[in-house]
Amino acid sequence: MKLVFTAEGESLEAKLDPRFGRCSTFLVVETEDRSFVAETNPAVGASGGAGPQAAQFLGDLGAEAVVSGGFGPNAFRALSAAGVRMYKADAAPIQALLDAFAAGELAEVTQATGPSHRGMR
Amino acid sequence: MIVTVASGKGGTGKTTVATSLARTLHLEHPFYVDCDVEAANAHLYLNPEMEDSFEFGLPIPEVDPERCTVCGRCAEVCEFHAIVVVGSEVMVFPQLCHGCGSCTLQCPEKAIREIPHPQGILSYGTTREGIRFSNGSLYIGEPMAVPLIRALKDWHVRADETWVIRDSPPGTSCPVVETMAGSDVILLVTEPTPFGLHDLRLAVELARKLSMPVGVVINRDGIGDDGVERFCQREGIPILMRIPLSRRFGEALARGIPLVEADESYHDRFLQLADDLRRLAAEGVRS
Amino acid sequence: MKQLVILSGKGGTGKTSVTASFAHLTYLQPDRRAVFADADVDAANLELVLAPVEVVREPFVGGRLAVIDPSRCIDCGACEDVCRFDAIQPGAGSRQVDPIQCEGCAACVHVCPEQAIHMEDQVAGSWTRSDSRYGPLLHANLEPAQENSGKLVTLIKQRARLLALDTDVDLLLVDGPPGIGCPVISAVSGADFALIVAEPTASGVHDMERVLETAVHFEVPSAVCINKADIYPDGCRAIEETCRTKHLPLLGKIPYDVEVTRAMVQGEPVTAYAPDSAAGLAMGTVYERVMAWIGLGGVQHE
Repeated sequence: MKLVFTAEGESLEAKLDPRFGRCSTFLVVETEDRSFVAETNPAVGASGGAGPQAAQFLGDLGAEAVVSGGFGPNAFRALSAAGVRMYKADAAPIQALLDAFAAGELAEVTQATGPSHRGMR
Repeated sequence: MIVTVASGKGGTGKTTVATSLARTLHLEHPFYVDCDVEAANAHLYLNPEMEDSFEFGLPIPEVDPERCTVCGRCAEVCEFHAIVVVGSEVMVFPQLCHGCGSCTLQCPEKAIREIPHPQGILSYGTTREGIRFSNGSLYIGEPMAVPLIRALKDWHVRADETWVIRDSPPGTSCPVVETMAGSDVILLVTEPTPFGLHDLRLAVELARKLSMPVGVVINRDGIGDDGVERFCQREGIPILMRIPLSRRFGEALARGIPLVEADESYHDRFLQLADDLRRLAAEGVRS
Repeated sequence: MKQLVILSGKGGTGKTSVTASFAHLTYLQPDRRAVFADADVDAANLELVLAPVEVVREPFVGGRLAVIDPSRCIDCGACEDVCRFDAIQPGAGSRQVDPIQCEGCAACVHVCPEQAIHMEDQVAGSWTRSDSRYGPLLHANLEPAQENSGKLVTLIKQRARLLALDTDVDLLLVDGPPGIGCPVISAVSGADFALIVAEPTASGVHDMERVLETAVHFEVPSAVCINKADIYPDGCRAIEETCRTKHLPLLGKIPYDVEVTRAMVQGEPVTAYAPDSAAGLAMGTVYERVMAWIGLGGVQHE
């Protein structure tokens, strides 16, 4: 399946970017063979609506799940509607998080983790 | 004649000056519009009796799922990502929407109609002295003040008012621009301190960008330094009134007592201020 | 790392004076380190009392603006018909866009039969990372007449937060903007705590309630302190009552004191300029209570 990580860099050694809407890069990983593509986040410079825009992008990519540090209410709403499952993790190399995901250790997010809809931590 | 009372820095005394100006001019039946929809205070000084209210809603898109083909055109044209296509669904984010109507226009299936998204309440009334008054109150959690101010500015206001006094929010960004737009003259209230001067510069720059004449009132004169004074002199900006720092004034204003009530000698001074504003408006902006 | 934002609702209650004093007092504690952010990008005053030295400054692109190409425009007015923001005006043989009124919605772009309109990025101001007397400062300046959508506030806070995490400081202290709209929402979002600097005047009490409701709406725990407390005892009582009924900590009162203004004129916080003044001492007391409230209490005494 296509599993997406919000990333600070373009390889599996890169650390997880804790922000969803305005991360610099999405690493789109095929969990079967761990092949991946680094996609620039189109919403990174958005003047508003980064969450919805990023969610739309992932929906178009066919992502089935996404791992990030947290999801604001707008992103949560959009990803839920797109049928993309959300997982929360602390900043760590994506390689390690892939292992954790495979072992079923990552916490799935069932409601928006941020209290506000605008901006982020 | 439309005068906007603004400042740049918050707390310098915009409402203090604007409410006393209105009270002084009451025989001319002025219209006071409190455009600080995030933190409206003028009603605490003017005590209007409210007669009319109106819930303002920004027109936001609503998609008819029967007609929608999920073509994505609406999401393509939205500059604010307030309408997006995710999966087989079109989602609208009301707090991101600017109410521009573009998605509605561009939908090839005519599947979008606009519905009001409530952003705040407008209220209108009259004071005991016959001053007509309106204000707006932005709902908590609603980010955008500008559409509410835009709706407020002309509500109940006739085309031929002798005086419209607009009480502006602090700052120099979009809510202030919206308040100022269409004014004849800007009255900037400042305090003679470094913070006051810093923000006054920005406010003067804004008034100039809008090609509007400016006059200044220095409030709490006596504290701080002469930076504001020297700036106004250098820039040729007339200082129309100086209100000294006074504990007595501070205490009266704290109670919601207008300045002209706390000190009747200000009545004539505000009449003079009104004349000066008329003159500035007539002169326009000198190049 | 705790993120504390200083708010007020009403402008001019003393947010920046309090933030500056807190910055100074944190600097005096060897076991507390902080990063500072001025989120009032519309009228950024914190830099006037922290003596910042610029390290990095970057332009900030806000939204986009419509631009009409007069050589393609046939002056049909379709753009003007569709513009809800009074931004399209007559020109010489073509329409033109008023950049101040333009909302950046691009509705005109899509209706123009000649495709004569395009959108351009607009530089709305700049943001700066500085080294101040008391620690690193992130601040920004929005040009007058720009949209203050909160995007620049968010950017400042993001940068400040990343710097704070990278340098392992205890506190991110944010000087907030007045009001309750998007800049405040951006400032409050993600904060761990909000301190509301209230003024005991009729206006001050009214606006304090509104910003409190905003903080509650965004689930940020809040406390209150009263500035210029002695000018209106009835107002103080009203604020005390509000704090009681809403179970909010009231962390102290600071009297009105001309030394605060004198300190500002000198470009310093009052706790540095006149530490033994009434306001200076009161700021110190409020500061320690705030630190205890947010969990950074425990001063190392010699």
